[in-house]
Amino acid sequence: MNDSTDAWTLLTIACMAGITVLTRSFFYISSKPWQLPGWAQRGLQYAPIAALAAVVVPELLMTQGQLIDSWQDARIYAVASGLAWFAWRRGSGHAVLGTILAGMAVYLPLHIGLGW
Amino acid sequence: MMQIRQLWRHPDFRVGAMDLMPAAPGIAAWGLMTGVAMVQSGLSSIEALLMSLIVFSGGAQLAAVPLLLAGAPMWVILATAACVNLRFVVFSAHLRPFLMHLPLLERVVSGYFTADLTYVMFIKRYPNTSTEAAQQQAQQAYLSGNCLVNWFSWVSFSLLGVALANVVPARWGLGFAGPLALLAILCSLASSRLRWLAVCAAGLAAVLAYALPLKLNILLAIAVAVLLCMALENKSWAKASKP
Repeated sequence: MNDSTDAWTLLTIACMAGITVLTRSFFYISSKPWQLPGWAQRGLQYAPIAALAAVVVPELLMTQGQLIDSWQDARIYAVASGLAWFAWRRGSGHAVLGTILAGMAVYLPLHIGLGW
Repeated sequence: MMQIRQLWRHPDFRVGAMDLMPAAPGIAAWGLMTGVAMVQSGLSSIEALLMSLIVFSGGAQLAAVPLLLAGAPMWVILATAACVNLRFVVFSAHLRPFLMHLPLLERVVSGYFTADLTYVMFIKRYPNTSTEAAQQQAQQAYLSGNCLVNWFSWVSFSLLGVALANVVPARWGLGFAGPLALLAILCSLASSRLRWLAVCAAGLAAVLAYALPLKLNILLAIAVAVLLCMALENKSWAKASKP
C-alpha cells in the first residue's frame, strides 16, 4: 500500500474514464444517418453470447495464461456445482443467484480450507 | 426527451432492474475484489477511489494499474484501456439503432453505463428496434433500470474494496462469484444449438488466443464465433431450437 498520490496519475485516471465513454458510445457519437449492412446485422445477433463466453471461459479455466492442469483446483468443482444448480433450476427465478451461491458454497471451502 | 422522473416511474425501469438483480451479488463480489486488488498492487487510496468511481470498466482498471505504477507514458495507458474495451465498440454498433432517436448527451451517457451484462440483457429482451414512441420509452426505461443496478453493485462494492483492502484477503477468492454470475447468464442465453456453438467457439478461441496482448483474444473470439455461426446458420441441424 502506498499513500503518495500524484496529480499526473489522477489526470491519467480521468482520461481513462474518457476512454470508457468513447469506446462504449463510439457509434452513437455521429448522428449522420447510416445503417449497418445486412450481413453485419445478422452476424451481431451472435455477438452478445460470444462476448460473454470469451470473457468468462478464460476466467473459469485458466490461471495466468495456463489452462487448469490439476484436479486440485476448486474452480472445477465450483463450476460443476453451479452448472448442476442451473440445469436443475432452469427457468425459475432463482437460477442465476442459485448458480452463484451453489458455486461459491463449493469454491470457498476447497479454496480457503484446502488451498485448492 | 424523457425526464428522469418519467423513466424512473416507467414499469420497464423496474423490469430492467429486476433482471439484473440475481446477478448483482456476483458483480458486487467482483467489484469488491477489483477494489482490493488495485490497492494491494500499490495504487494510493485516493487514486483507487477515483478509478473505482469514474472508470467503470474492470478489465481496463486491472490492465492499467501495473502500467501506472511502472510510470508508463499516458498514451500507452490510454491505448491499453481502449484496446481492452474494444468489444464495447462492437456493442455500440449493435445498439446504435436503438438509441439514435435520443439527443447526443443522452446517447453518450447511456453508452457510458452500458457494460457487458446490460448489453446482453437488453438485446435478449429487445431483439428488434422500434419506431413507436411508447416502445422506445420502454426500452430506455429498461436500459436505465438495468444500468443503475449494475453500476451501483459494481461501484459501491469497489469503493468498499478500496476501503477494506487490508482486511479482505485476496486469497479467499471472493471475486470468483463474478465469473459464476456471468456463467449463469451465459447458460440462460444458450437456447439453441447454434448459440451453444457460439459459446464453444468463442470460449475455445479466447483460451487458445489468450497469449495475445491487451485482451485482444476477446475480440478475436467474438469474430470467430460470429463468422462460424453465420456460415452455419442455414444448416438444418442448427435451426432446431432445442439440442
